[in-house]
Amino acid sequence: MTLDTSSRILKTVPREKAFYFFTSIGNYTGISASSLKEFMEKINEVNVKSLEFHLYRGDFEKWIAEVLQDTDLAGETKRLQKLSLTGNSLRDQLSFTVSRRFKRLTSQSASSRF
Amino acid sequence: MTIKSSGDQTKMKLKNNAVSLDATDIEILRALQKDSRETYGAIGKRLGIAHSTVYDRIRKMEQQKVIKNYTATIDVEKIGIRNIAAIMTVYTDPKETERVAEKLAALPGVLEVYTSLSEELLIIAKVTATSQEDLHEIIANSIAPLTGVLRIRTSLVTKKFKETQFSITNGSERLHL
Repeated sequence: MTLDTSSRILKTVPREKAFYFFTSIGNYTGISASSLKEFMEKINEVNVKSLEFHLYRGDFEKWIAEVLQDTDLAGETKRLQKLSLTGNSLRDQLSFTVSRRFKRLTSQSASSRF
Repeated sequence: MTIKSSGDQTKMKLKNNAVSLDATDIEILRALQKDSRETYGAIGKRLGIAHSTVYDRIRKMEQQKVIKNYTATIDVEKIGIRNIAAIMTVYTDPKETERVAEKLAALPGVLEVYTSLSEELLIIAKVTATSQEDLHEIIANSIAPLTGVLRIRTSLVTKKFKETQFSITNGSERLHL
């Protein structure tokens, strides 16, 4: 993966392209994420119902692929659906998946500077 | 809104004294709200006044914008439109409420927008969409991203018991003749 690719995935997107966390149709929690870093942080604080709502609708996968343009993480997120996790097990697994990806991207980004 | 009697003339005073109407004007408005295609002659005959008087009064109320327009009420289900409706409560930063309400009002699927001061400053809006997914897209892509929106609660309408506009007829119990 090139530095350009990592930087593109780690960028902060404009407000209208941010991820908005809902708990059900039309019920917005007031929590949003404008970057992968913010997304990683917010999945640990948002109502777990919101994670269930978005994961099984494919919203995470779609936003990660289309807005962050990270097809690898989008694929990993999609695979989480097959585990049929709910509640804090889902939160933990999603958090682990996203954090691992974030660390990989940031370390690549940092090492390429040397 | 009150109606004050002064001799034979019954006058309705509107807030801010914007327009003063008498009992005949109100009867004409009642007739038009019931059926805006009723002829001047038929209205005049029922009220015991000349059709030219009905015409003059309607013209005057049109000019004063008391009568804003004449519309058709369409049964959308008869023409195959099966839209869903939802009542949305938008909690906002008080500094942004007006601006958010204006933005909401400009969206095509939003039918009604109100601000409320009852408990905290919020916006109540009626929204229509072709499906739940469409509704979610409207809210997620056009409403949640507005600056000042703190959170949104949405209730889907499952059954409609009544839907009407305020009319002189159904508000008559509050008019003191």
